[in-house]
Amino acid sequence: MAHFPLLSLVTFLPLVGAGFILTIRGEPDVVARNARRVAMWTSLVTFVLSLFIWFNFDNSTAAFQFQERADWMPAFNISYRLGVDGISLFFVLLTTLLTPVCVLASWESITERVKEYMVAFLVMETMMVGMFCALDLVVFYVFFEGVLIPMFLIIGVWGGPRRVYSAFKFFLYTLAGSVLMLVAMLVMYLYAGTTDIPTLMSYRFPPEVQIWLWLAFFASFAVKVPMWPVHTWLPDAHVEAPTAGSVILAGVLLKFGGYGFLRFSLPMFPDASVTFTPLIYTLSIVAVIYTSLVALAQEDMKKLIAYSSVAHMGFVTVGAFTVTVQGIEGAIYQMLSHGIVSAALFLIVGVVYDRMHSRDIETYGGLVHRMPGYALVFMLFMLASVGLPGTGGFIGEFLVLVGVFQVNTWVAALTATGVVLGAAYMLYLYRRVIFGKLTKAHLQRITDMSPREVAVFAPLVILVLWMGIYPPSFLDPMHASVENLIQQFELARAVTEGVALAGR
Amino acid sequence: MAAIAVFLPLLGSIIAGLMALFTPEDKDRRARFDTLSQWVTCGAMILSAVVAAFVFADVVGGGRPHTVELLTWIDSGALEVSWALKMDTLSAVMLLTVTSVAAVIHVYSVGYMHHDPGIPRFMSYLSLFTFFMLMLVTADNLVQLFFGWEGVGLASYLLIGFWYDRPSANAAAIKAFIVNRIGDFGFALGIFAVFVLFQSIHFDTIFAAAPGKADAVFQVFGGEFHALTVICLLLFVGAMGKSAQLGLHTWLPDAMEGPTPVSALIHAATMVTAGVFMVARLSPLFEFSEIALAVVTIVGASTAIFAATVGCVQNDIKRVIAYSTCSQLGYMFFACGVSAYSAGIFHLMTHAFFKALLFLGAGSVIHAMSDEQDMRRMGGIYKTIPVTYAVMWIGSLALAGIWPFAGFFSKDIILEAAWAAHTGVGSYAFWLGILAAFLTAFYSWRLLLMTFHGAPRADEKVMAHVHESPMVMLIPLLLLAAGALFAGYIGYQWFVGADAPGFWGNAVFVLPEHSALEDAHHVPAWVKFLPLVVAAGGIGLAFILYVLSPNLPGLLAERFRAVYQFLLNKWYFDELYDWLFVRPAFVLGRGFWKSGDGALIDGVGPDGVAAATRNLARRIAGLQTGYLYHYAFAMLIGVAILITWYLWQRGG
Repeated sequence: MAHFPLLSLVTFLPLVGAGFILTIRGEPDVVARNARRVAMWTSLVTFVLSLFIWFNFDNSTAAFQFQERADWMPAFNISYRLGVDGISLFFVLLTTLLTPVCVLASWESITERVKEYMVAFLVMETMMVGMFCALDLVVFYVFFEGVLIPMFLIIGVWGGPRRVYSAFKFFLYTLAGSVLMLVAMLVMYLYAGTTDIPTLMSYRFPPEVQIWLWLAFFASFAVKVPMWPVHTWLPDAHVEAPTAGSVILAGVLLKFGGYGFLRFSLPMFPDASVTFTPLIYTLSIVAVIYTSLVALAQEDMKKLIAYSSVAHMGFVTVGAFTVTVQGIEGAIYQMLSHGIVSAALFLIVGVVYDRMHSRDIETYGGLVHRMPGYALVFMLFMLASVGLPGTGGFIGEFLVLVGVFQVNTWVAALTATGVVLGAAYMLYLYRRVIFGKLTKAHLQRITDMSPREVAVFAPLVILVLWMGIYPPSFLDPMHASVENLIQQFELARAVTEGVALAGR
Repeated sequence: MAAIAVFLPLLGSIIAGLMALFTPEDKDRRARFDTLSQWVTCGAMILSAVVAAFVFADVVGGGRPHTVELLTWIDSGALEVSWALKMDTLSAVMLLTVTSVAAVIHVYSVGYMHHDPGIPRFMSYLSLFTFFMLMLVTADNLVQLFFGWEGVGLASYLLIGFWYDRPSANAAAIKAFIVNRIGDFGFALGIFAVFVLFQSIHFDTIFAAAPGKADAVFQVFGGEFHALTVICLLLFVGAMGKSAQLGLHTWLPDAMEGPTPVSALIHAATMVTAGVFMVARLSPLFEFSEIALAVVTIVGASTAIFAATVGCVQNDIKRVIAYSTCSQLGYMFFACGVSAYSAGIFHLMTHAFFKALLFLGAGSVIHAMSDEQDMRRMGGIYKTIPVTYAVMWIGSLALAGIWPFAGFFSKDIILEAAWAAHTGVGSYAFWLGILAAFLTAFYSWRLLLMTFHGAPRADEKVMAHVHESPMVMLIPLLLLAAGALFAGYIGYQWFVGADAPGFWGNAVFVLPEHSALEDAHHVPAWVKFLPLVVAAGGIGLAFILYVLSPNLPGLLAERFRAVYQFLLNKWYFDELYDWLFVRPAFVLGRGFWKSGDGALIDGVGPDGVAAATRNLARRIAGLQTGYLYHYAFAMLIGVAILITWYLWQRGG
């Protein structure tokens, strides 16, 4: 397998599919149907191919695997380089899984400009996979920023009534952060003379430079996570985005931030990371408590889930910066399970939105009478969201808290309040939508999930239980990379402290 | 074999659950589905109980404790957790109690729920609950215990809210889940603390290491504390939530919104006793913390008396029994608090039988009275439903602790142990326990007399319809009545008597200096007889108030209006919490959303910047007037400034 460019194939196959869709001509109906089919097949084949990365992954090493390298701009020492390790592996798979789910979920709800919509999704998949595989700063930046464009279009073109405001808010927020990151990358290049990520990970930046670099990257990643107080783009973007847009946004895009912290901030700027850990903890705790309370007061289903995302991502940032095995593995696991669970929750809102064209909680009530299957699926993902043991949500939260408790008990206790508050807003939502008498006239003829919708949820249901009952499938590939990350981090810290002592 | 007993209910639950999901519209086929789901779940449950009996014989009789490893669960760094079934005397006792009570209640439900449209769903939930409960009691590590713990919480949530059309049922379900979550919050922190101290959360490992850590301290919450005390107190918060102890008890009475078999199975016989089980299971940790044991004793004794006082004035038949449960759990806790863990578990076991009996008996009454639950609208029905009447007597006698019924043996040993502890908290528990025993007898007979005797207070239509329950409900009642009669007598020697050391093996751990249970057998005679005397007194008082002079209770309530209102409103806990937590949460949520996110962050951030940019753009656009002389004038000013600046530079 060493010479077979698997990663490039997985990355660019969707783009090929997108190009193919662009060539489709004919009657609008035919075009739409063919565009859907091509998108479905492309994303399915991509998913199957990506499974080979998992099957052939070597759990015993922390090195990047499936590496590919080609000269790009040799004059500047910039090359096209891809590779995955235990940290990025499952994000690639998450992306390739959610894309066909999104295509299937949009099958009937998107009727306008289907061709362009499918192209946007496939282009986005390429960007996302490329982002997680990139091992060169420039390649990374291209993919990282590239994602913005299709997402901007998806919200702005296929979104709800306030789509333009939301799309711009989303774009400007994230762009403002990224610009600072770009400047930081230039500085890094000037210092290290390379944009090669593995090389940079072992390069030692002077501590005072690290501070600025860390802050610049933080600006970009904090917006993406999103951390409080730069989270306000998220509820608006989710509310206006079409269902599948929300799924990708919550499922994959939010993980860019957490992944970035693990790939850049911790290994490249360890001293600055230690300096800023209190800041991260504070912002995360505020995020967990504040947004959970805000979620409690929401009247819009999508907004509620969007706010809950902010709270759940607070666990991720806390866990990552504990720099303990459990904390970091928990953070990754929490991102993966949140990727599945929040995606499923947005799809769940989508199911009733497609029928009633309303996201207001008020519109619904007593749905269990007409939609028992829907109620069951909703129940399962609600429970996963509140972190019930036996679902994927529990493992991530639990590991994060185990990690934090070793470092700071107050942070652990305050973060854990999110578990209580999370139960409150989710159960309250569920009760208002699903339970009660079915009295509203417009709901009397609402139908349960169609076979297509069942097919959308089936893989997610299996995964969320699998992740809860037998996590070793997902944790084992992480161990080597996470332990290596921690070792390198502590080594770097020891060197800095040694220098500080010697200088005294 | 243990795995069969544990997983059969899960299998039954899944099958019944699928049948609930695919229930056909057609009436006949629907009825067939209902029957089939009942057969499957009851069959699985009975089979599980039979297997459990064999396991019990093997583990306890054969003296073969063992652990069945199933699957790796979580493996991250030093944290290694498996799915495993730990089989020792403690879990075998629980396994047998849970499966047998659950089997009886499954069968009873066939009769009780026969009008209900959601039979397969109900049976599925019941079996699901049993599965989680079994995972809880057979856990060999804290995380699996937590899995079962949260799982029974889920099942309880589903069953309390079973009649999801009723707003009150939904509210009660959410309340139960969230109050339990608050307890679980403490439990979880306790697990983390155990991991930090021991680098393991596996029972055998931490129990073996506990004596070595008896004096360990660690930094937690900004101070330095005795490690095992912190751990035990945090874990005990979890136990308080699940076992509805004072402060976190508010969900249990509301949980009576669920169907009666649920109240019997979950909210009396099994789930609520999980906290007691946990303390007993963790006895090797609690033993090394005098403070934690004292807290357990005080909380237990206070709950026992608190719930008993409230139970005396409630009018809903199920709520009286619910408060009684709360009170009895208090007894079990203070037994553990004075290191008489096996007495606590003994009471847990006998209580499971007689409390399930009382609940199911109450269910039978409610069934007969056309779903009436208010005792003020009952009365005069003892002749029409004689079997129910008889078993309610047996249950009440057991609850009040009258010889030779089950409660006599288990409650007395607890009180004797509390006295024999010869500590301040022990005496506190003993005297409150005695007082609570008096009140227990009083409210039990108040219940009996109000429900069955006196003039009928229901309307004629209801009275005409009063009927004894079918056999499918009566047989379970009779089985439980047998348990309430004999369980105490049979179990006494094993659990707390001469055979106890051989029976328990290593399942519970007591330090030699904590000899309360041993000393309990050598207390003065008055200590042994006092509970019986006060119980008789309580029964007597109930007779005076509700038979001899039935006007007196009303007069008393008038005379001591403040006290009566205080008790009737359950010491105003609900109002307090609502005012303290629920309302502020919503107010804060709205405030953060509208003024935090909306006005502050967006106002200053993106919207503010956008507005400022637009403003600036408009002003700049305003400069572009299109008149030539405006531009010329601006240029002239510019030239003037430039020249001035140039000269300034040269001059300087």
